[in-house]
Amino acid sequence: MMRFSTLLKKPAEWMRSAGPDHEIVMTSRIRLARNLVDHPFPGWARKEERLALMEEVKPVVEELGEMKDAFSEEMTNLSAIEKQVLVERHLVSREHAAKGPGCATVMNRKQTVSIMINEEDHLRMQSIQPGLQLLRAYRSLDQIDSELESRLAYAFDTRYGYLTACPTNLGTGMRASAMLHLPGLVLSEQINQTIQGANKIGLAVRGLYGEGTEALANLFQISNQTTLGRSEEDIIEHLDRVIRQIIENEQNARLKLLEDKPTMLQDQIGRAYAVLRHAHIIPSKEALNLLSLIRLGSDLGVFGEEDREVINVLLTEIQPAHLQIEAKRKLDAEERDVLRAEIIRRNLKGLTEPKFGDILSNRDTDDE
Amino acid sequence: MKCDVCQSEDATVYFSQLIEGKLKKVNLCKSCAEEKGVTDPTGFALADMLQGLGQESVAEKRNAPGDRVCDECGFTQSDFKKTGRFGCSHCYVVFAEGLESLLEAMHKNTEHHGKVPKRYEATKAFRERLAELREQLQGAVSSEDYEEAARLRDAISKVEAEEQPQEDNDSAE
Repeated sequence: MMRFSTLLKKPAEWMRSAGPDHEIVMTSRIRLARNLVDHPFPGWARKEERLALMEEVKPVVEELGEMKDAFSEEMTNLSAIEKQVLVERHLVSREHAAKGPGCATVMNRKQTVSIMINEEDHLRMQSIQPGLQLLRAYRSLDQIDSELESRLAYAFDTRYGYLTACPTNLGTGMRASAMLHLPGLVLSEQINQTIQGANKIGLAVRGLYGEGTEALANLFQISNQTTLGRSEEDIIEHLDRVIRQIIENEQNARLKLLEDKPTMLQDQIGRAYAVLRHAHIIPSKEALNLLSLIRLGSDLGVFGEEDREVINVLLTEIQPAHLQIEAKRKLDAEERDVLRAEIIRRNLKGLTEPKFGDILSNRDTDDE
Repeated sequence: MKCDVCQSEDATVYFSQLIEGKLKKVNLCKSCAEEKGVTDPTGFALADMLQGLGQESVAEKRNAPGDRVCDECGFTQSDFKKTGRFGCSHCYVVFAEGLESLLEAMHKNTEHHGKVPKRYEATKAFRERLAELREQLQGAVSSEDYEEAARLRDAISKVEAEEQPQEDNDSAE
């Protein structure tokens, strides 16, 4: 088994590597909900029943080929900060982190697959991939699910599909989602239109940490709402199509900003650079939003291509629990703001001054 | 406050109506409100809406005042009203009545078309074959092709006799 400290030292694979369309799509995620027959759902089960289910399921999950040398732990054995780290890395849900006895999490070494036991459903498994590759994420999870299905008696109905605690997840039990970086649509004030458009065709758009969270760092999670009535592949194909359209809109919005408001864009990116390079106290929200502008600058060629990875890792490493793990002690908000600024300065040391010349002069020649 | 229908978006539309002398309230998010036609008062009845939530189903009125209880896990209809979640997989059988309209409000279609676990594949194929034959039988009867109808009726009993599904405990029908 992998130690928690080892897990913490390494950033997740999807934070480091680049996937298709990675400029705009940070990650693709698939979540499957599964339950066992003859066991009450976790929310209704008594403590002993939850514990018994965990004892039955956890060894089976640990024996999966994918879970060789995995990290596996009961949630009650983790400190509040450790649980929060897992939430900040999107490896467990906020709800799961808040749960008591009988809840466990198993995740692979690469941190690309995590399986929560006794979340809202008996099993909530997730696969996360960099860039836009929803189908790939699904295929890898589908295989794991088939392995588990041969050893666990799933609650399934031929008419309603996989039976879930909440009827909103019935059928496939699948939630497919992608994390999109949309600074162009935000700066050009087209984001609300985009969100409403997605809502109209049955897709949900949420902030960085899911339901009811703020859209920080210009990051938006888009996902399917309905799970019953269409196959997994159909749901993914539909979502994929919409995401490609949003990518195109975002690219157009960026081009239009370069065309219509080049000075505003230079000012925003230049200010982000100045503040992040020189601040000594920086709150989370400000840091996230400024890092988003550096990432945009990197997409536009204002900074080097290699700087994007640094930003991707920083987006997670400057979150409160990650800071406290780094400091090896509990920090109050003010101490966190100081450490956050320090880590950002250290990581962005090599970031050269923004060079707007090329992109703006290219535009000039385009106009002629 | 969350929307009573989708349970995920924040409610922004609050709707009250008098039904049989009692004030009923529903909280909805914008998109569910539009979908339900709440914005068009002439075409909207709160009673239908509540039925969709499994709160005032015909069956419940008939069985009133007893609250339906799941015989496996002890979960009740009122627990569902409170949490929006079921107690165990068997609840889908116990609370099957009224479930269809609830699912219609949540999903585009109420029949699963995705992955099927191996040990349910035979059951699923069996049910689909039966459904197909029954549909053909209907067609034959309505076009008064009694010879074909007789043939189909025999085919149905043959399938039923041969392929008893092994695993049907969780059928919600």
